[in-house]
Amino acid sequence: MDYALIWAILIAIAVFAYVALDGFDLGMGILFPWVKEEKYRDRMVNSVAPVWDGNETWLVLGGGGLLAVFPLAYAVLMPALYMPVIAMLLGLIFRGVAFEFRFKSKNNKHWWDRAFMLGSMVAAFSQGIMLGAMLQGIKVAERAYAGGWFDWLSPFTIFAGLAVCVGYALLGATWIVMKTDGNLQQKAYKWGLNTAILLIIAIAGVSVYLVSTFDNVAHRWLTWPGSAGLWLVPFALAIIGGGLLTSLTKQQQGRPYLWALGVFLIAFVGFGASIFPYLIPFEITLWEAAGPDNSLAFLLVGAVILLPIIFAYTGYTYWVFRGKVSEQSGYHD
Amino acid sequence: MFETWFSAADAVFLARVQFAFTIAFHIIFPAFTIGVASYLAVLEGLFLKTRNPVYQKLYRYWLKIFAVAFGMGVVSGIVMSYQFGTNWSVFSDKAGPVIGPLMGYEVLTAFFLEAGFLGVMLFGMNKVGERLHFFATLMVAVGTAISAFWILSVNSWMQTPAGYAINEQGQFIVESWMEVIFNPSFPYRLAHMLLAAYLTTAFVVGAVGAWHLLKDSKSAVARKMFSMAMWMALIVAPLQVIVGDFHGLNTQQHQPAKVAAMEGHFKTETRAPLYLFGWPNEDTAEVDYAIKVPGLASLILKHDVNAEVTGLDAFPQEDWPPVPIVFWSFRIMVGIGLLMVLVGLWSGYLRLRGKLFDSPWLQRSAVFMGPMGFVAVIAGWIVTEVGRQPWVIQGLLRTSDAASPIDAVGVGASLVAFIVVYFLVFGAGTVYILRKMAGDPENTHIPDYARMPMAAERLYHEEG
Repeated sequence: MDYALIWAILIAIAVFAYVALDGFDLGMGILFPWVKEEKYRDRMVNSVAPVWDGNETWLVLGGGGLLAVFPLAYAVLMPALYMPVIAMLLGLIFRGVAFEFRFKSKNNKHWWDRAFMLGSMVAAFSQGIMLGAMLQGIKVAERAYAGGWFDWLSPFTIFAGLAVCVGYALLGATWIVMKTDGNLQQKAYKWGLNTAILLIIAIAGVSVYLVSTFDNVAHRWLTWPGSAGLWLVPFALAIIGGGLLTSLTKQQQGRPYLWALGVFLIAFVGFGASIFPYLIPFEITLWEAAGPDNSLAFLLVGAVILLPIIFAYTGYTYWVFRGKVSEQSGYHD
Repeated sequence: MFETWFSAADAVFLARVQFAFTIAFHIIFPAFTIGVASYLAVLEGLFLKTRNPVYQKLYRYWLKIFAVAFGMGVVSGIVMSYQFGTNWSVFSDKAGPVIGPLMGYEVLTAFFLEAGFLGVMLFGMNKVGERLHFFATLMVAVGTAISAFWILSVNSWMQTPAGYAINEQGQFIVESWMEVIFNPSFPYRLAHMLLAAYLTTAFVVGAVGAWHLLKDSKSAVARKMFSMAMWMALIVAPLQVIVGDFHGLNTQQHQPAKVAAMEGHFKTETRAPLYLFGWPNEDTAEVDYAIKVPGLASLILKHDVNAEVTGLDAFPQEDWPPVPIVFWSFRIMVGIGLLMVLVGLWSGYLRLRGKLFDSPWLQRSAVFMGPMGFVAVIAGWIVTEVGRQPWVIQGLLRTSDAASPIDAVGVGASLVAFIVVYFLVFGAGTVYILRKMAGDPENTHIPDYARMPMAAERLYHEEG
């Protein structure tokens, strides 16, 4: 059995689960500056308070899984992305504690609101930088990172950082649409439309840049069978993007979030196809990065049994807290 | 240009300081939340069984404190899962195939379980009913213990590696997962750490109870938590001394250099003395200003006054751990442990005489002992981690060979950022927790789930 390939797929699923779930609560923080009313802010935070912790666990699975299964990739990527990784962690600290602290603080709630929005922005932006840095390539020599201190910083990675912020804001907006009603929901429809258009432009921009700059990527998309994808991906993006915009215009409740996930999925698959089978483009393939088979098999047994259970009780939690979050934030005990 | 100011050795040193700093901060929260989660499960179980409202008040009171502490544990823990790679990439590449899957199991069996049910535990009482809510509390408590199982297995493997081989890339690979997971020091370390977590929590609960008893000696809620905490002190503190002794004997067997540093034994000798105090001098290989009891170390470590005890002279000096840090941290941990035993015995004596709640001096002592569990936990981890030096994996991989290719300026910058953010964020969190603890537990608000309008239910949880 090709354990490395199975694990590459599983880790891709974990990363997508992370983006789908933590994306909307980071997006909530990114949208905070456009919400001045405290009751709306409380309502937004309350809509994710019971689930954010589980959402973030997918990020721990991504990091831990990489260490377990692709130790070489982990050992090269983390030093290469040192600054954005540290920035992301610090951002996540600020926004994670803000969930509790902003309600506990007597006089400093506005400071924790700032911590929540800045922490969310820094975390999202750093994740975009990492994505961009991976796509543009990382220097490797003798099983270690061999590039410079600021290799991760380029106009392209900054653009990718902004694109992820916009994408998460879209997920956040569509989540608010699903979980609230009234004025706040109306605002969210507007944010959703704006960010959806921006995100589709950004994805197109990143794609054009990748194909025009990197011979490796261009080669894949311009020769058969990749050339079929070259038409398929924009086509799918057009259909799903259209569905998203229509759904927002029609003011549907839950569907905009699902359409937005669809846009992410297309982009995710597209970028994955651009670099497959490399984990570190275009230096280390997933088979080169993989640990010994018995380590992969040992953890795979657990993953196969436990992931469905995890999906089940995570789903249960979302089901328990389904429906709209109330506006009566005045209820304090 | 900065590179010339710093050497690679400085970069490794700064990376060690950063790891020590971030993990020392992190361990405070799990040490507390492992205990509180179990305490909450006990309280909710007792309430469902007895319907005594005191248990319900205690549950709500500690749940709010738990929520803040748990959040800080989560965010400081995410840092740890990435720091192996950012700062110890050679270690990650070599040891990843062994320790990685164990940490993967920690995420799959523990972190998801805790996180998944935490939402229901904190916000779901009115949504799921009492029994399912109790189940959620139990799952969170079980999750914290499972998490301790895996991460202590990882740490123990680094202390007493077993069940491995080395492949052509220089990576450690696994020959027997059972031997890796249940490596020689693991059962002792797990028992010692879990008891430490329970004791730490018990003394925090005892201090909060005592604080409120000093203000209102009749408070039924304060009495209940003080009484429960003192039972724990009476039973678990002596048990911890015994488990700690076994752990020490195991260390003596597998990591004799660490025990030699703990005891300040530079020379291998029979009738080895126990140094109560002193300053181990690594240059002269003597303990300066020593107060010692001849033969007692032989008795404790070998259970025979005349037995020979291995000293640091049995090892090349480049394999010595830093002796004074290990020696003193060990004394701080043991000293606090003995104080805990004393408080437990004192409370037992007063309880026998029916005067458990009548002694302001016991209550003042309990308040003083409140934070001591954390000091002991950190001191204990310093003993075991610094005592393993200069190795990151005992005898197999040196710490100095395990670091990432990041220069000192980069590590220094991230270290400063961590220090500033941690003191700011976790300082604020500590203030909020202390504020909660200062609130009168008698006035704990119990939401009236039945009469609450559906819409408002979700929001009841805050502002308590």
